[in-house]
Amino acid sequence: MKYLHDIGSYFLMLRAVFSRPTKGSILRELIFKEVDELIINSLGIVAFISFFVGGVVAIQTALNIDNPLIPEYLVGFATRQSIILEFAPTFISIIMAGKMGSFITSSIGSMRVTEQIDALEVMGINSLNYLVFPKIVALLFYPFVIAISMFLGILGGWVAGVYGGFSTSEAFIQGLQVDFITFHVVYAFIKTFVFAFILATVPSWQGFYMKGGALEVGKASTNSFVWTSVLIILTNYVITSLLLS
Amino acid sequence: MITVENLHKSFGSEHILKGLSTTFDKGKTNLIIGQSGSGKTVFLKCLLGLFEANDGKIIFEDKAIQDMNDDEKRSLRENMGMVFQGSALFDSMNIEENVMFPLRMFSKKKKSEMLDRVNEVLLRVNLENVNKKYPSEISGGMQKRVAIARAIVNNPKYLFCDEPNSGLDPRTAILIDNLIQEITKEYDITTVINTHDMNSVMEIGEKIVFLQKGNLAWQGDNTQIFKTDNKDVTDFVYSSDLFKKIRDVQIKEN
Repeated sequence: MKYLHDIGSYFLMLRAVFSRPTKGSILRELIFKEVDELIINSLGIVAFISFFVGGVVAIQTALNIDNPLIPEYLVGFATRQSIILEFAPTFISIIMAGKMGSFITSSIGSMRVTEQIDALEVMGINSLNYLVFPKIVALLFYPFVIAISMFLGILGGWVAGVYGGFSTSEAFIQGLQVDFITFHVVYAFIKTFVFAFILATVPSWQGFYMKGGALEVGKASTNSFVWTSVLIILTNYVITSLLLS
Repeated sequence: MITVENLHKSFGSEHILKGLSTTFDKGKTNLIIGQSGSGKTVFLKCLLGLFEANDGKIIFEDKAIQDMNDDEKRSLRENMGMVFQGSALFDSMNIEENVMFPLRMFSKKKKSEMLDRVNEVLLRVNLENVNKKYPSEISGGMQKRVAIARAIVNNPKYLFCDEPNSGLDPRTAILIDNLIQEITKEYDITTVINTHDMNSVMEIGEKIVFLQKGNLAWQGDNTQIFKTDNKDVTDFVYSSDLFKKIRDVQIKEN
C-alpha cells in the first residue's frame, strides 16, 4: 500500500512540476545555477573515474585473452563496447545517483526542515516548479557528461593498453572501428536521457516529501540513492530489452 | 480584517481544530496563544492556506478563501507576509537577495527601484551594512529582522508571525515584538502572531485568542487576560513563576 502511495505522490509531483511556471528571468538564473552545480561540478569525478575504469577494462581484457587465434584488436573492441554500451551511461549514472542525487535530496530536504519551502508556498510560488523544473532542464545537459565519459574511458583504455604493452596503438584503434554500429551510441544516449530524468526527479521527490529533522534528511538521502539506483537498473533492463533484443 | 467562521481541521481521525470562530482586526497585533499541542500552528497554517480546512470559512475582507479561484488565491498570497519561527531565510541568497525575492517574483519594478525598497525596509528594521552577508553570517535576532523585512517588502495587507521571538534573548525578543507592533500600525496591516510567550502577550496583545485542545477557550486583550476567571487561561498565564509572584504582590498590595 505504501509503495502505491509513493508512486502516486511521485506522479502528482511531476504534474505540479510542469504547472504554474516560475517567472522567466528567475527561472533562467536557477537553470544556470543548477547546470553549474549538477553538471559542471560533476565533470571532475566523472573524468577521473572514466579514464581509470577505461584503463582497467583494457588491461582486464588483454590479460584474459591469451589465445593466439583471438585478434589483438579485441582489446580496443571490448573497451569500446563496454564503455559505450554500459559503463558510461549506466554505471556513471549510478555513481551520479550517489553524488548528484544525495546533493539534490539533502538540499531540498534541508529547505523542507528549515521551512524555506513553506516560505515559497506562502508567497504563492509553485515550490515544485521553482525547485525541481530547473534541475530537469539542467540535466538535459547530462548526455554531454556521458559523452565526455565515453571519450575519456576509451582514451584511458588506449593509454593503458598501449603504454602498458598490452596492445599496439594501430590494433587498439582498429578495434575501436571494427563492427561499429551507430545505433549503439543512439541507444546509449536514449537511456542517458531517461536516466537524467530519473536523476533529477527521484531525489527531488525524496527531499520534497521528507518529514522530520536533520537525521531524516540523512535517511532521505540514503533512500534517494537506493531508489534512484534501482530505477536506473530496472529501466536499463527494459530499454535494453526493447532496443537491442 | 480576517474573519474565521466555525473552522474545523482534522488529520485522519485526529480532530485538531474544533469549530473556531473569531476575527483578527486590521491595524492591530492579534495573538494566538495556547499550550503546545493546542492547535496554534495548525490554525496559523490554515489561515495561510498551507492546510485546507475540513469545514468552516476563513474570510479575508469580504471573500472566503474557500470561494476563491486560483488567481484570487495567488493574488491573496501576494498580499501576505510571513515571519517563520526559524526565519526561513534562503541559505543560498544573501540578505539583499532574500529581501528582494518577493519583489523580483511579483513586481515589475526596475532593479534600482527594488534595491531602494530593499534598503528602505532594511533600514526600517534597523539593519545596515548587512546587504551582502549570508543568513549564516548574522545573529538570530538579525535573521528575524531580515525575515520581517522580507515579509513587509511587498507592502502586504496581512502579516503572519510564527513564534517570532523564540530562541531570542529577552531584550531582543521585546525589540522584535515592538518592531512588529510599530510596523502593524505604520502600514495599517492585519497582523496575526502565534506565540506562547507571556511577555509578548503583555507587550503587544491588542487582541488575544486563547486555544485549548483545538477549541477557542477565551478571547480578549492584554488587560483583560490578567483579570479573567477562565481557569484554562489563568492556568496558562500563571504557569510562570514570575507571573505568579507578580499576582501575589498585586494581591498583597490590594
